[in-house]
Amino acid sequence: MLPIFFVGLNRNKSELPSPLIGKATPSFVLPSLIDPSITIDQKSINGRFVLFNVWATWCVGCREEHQFLMNLSKRKEIAMVGLNWRDNRADALNWLVKLGNPYELTIEDKLGRTAIDWGVYGAPETFLINSNGIIIHKHLGPLTEEDWNIDFKPLITATQ
Amino acid sequence: MRLITLLLLSTLASIGHCIDNGPAFEDKQLQARYETIIAEVRCLVCQNQSIKSSNVFLAVDLRNEIKRLLSIGKTDKEIANYLVDRYGEFVLYRPRFSGGLIFLWLAPAFFLLIGLFMTIKIMRTKISQPSKLNNG
Repeated sequence: MLPIFFVGLNRNKSELPSPLIGKATPSFVLPSLIDPSITIDQKSINGRFVLFNVWATWCVGCREEHQFLMNLSKRKEIAMVGLNWRDNRADALNWLVKLGNPYELTIEDKLGRTAIDWGVYGAPETFLINSNGIIIHKHLGPLTEEDWNIDFKPLITATQ
Repeated sequence: MRLITLLLLSTLASIGHCIDNGPAFEDKQLQARYETIIAEVRCLVCQNQSIKSSNVFLAVDLRNEIKRLLSIGKTDKEIANYLVDRYGEFVLYRPRFSGGLIFLWLAPAFFLLIGLFMTIKIMRTKISQPSKLNNG
């Protein structure tokens, strides 16, 4: 009993385990932020390892992690897909022009319905999806080089 | 005076922030179910507040989603499953009797049994081995 108690004490209370780990990518059909005439669904992102990043211009942590996302995208280590969550399209496009666009695809979730299906409750949130379309990791808060090296990279090299 | 006005205004602002706008359903039964469900769902951004009493947009989105699910005829259980599938057991204030939580639900009975077992065992040893005092 006591060990369980201490493990519980050390857990970060604001970090909730996601029930989506080990599950298939939730299905969705949403427009591309860059070109709304294009629709994107889960099939368009599956088939390889993907870093699925939930962001918004109103989110402070997203600005914080943006430079790292840019660096990571330049290294071409993984395909990056962005989910722009409950944002203003013009603001979001402006953000990508000004700060750079690390995403191969950016999905616009204006109403937040898809974010609910992904169990998103606070941006930024980053999911790692394997080549079978299974979610294998979720990171809460701004992503750093350290998080990437410790929590993400081993999961990718282990299965590739 | 300015301070008092400011204080009064800020109180008003916070009241306005908490009030939900009008009933979600005309059907009284549906409205009652809706009220019960949203009071049981935790607002994950503002933990320790139900989505009934929060106007953070995630809470608004979740309320709308629950409204939608109710209006297409989903049962309370289906709605609870829908939320738990996405956000985990933590999203419900009253965790259900399932999964890893079974241990927590059964723990009191388990420890009571251990206690009883130990009491019986100690009493038996005491009876079968009279104390040194009696042996003189």
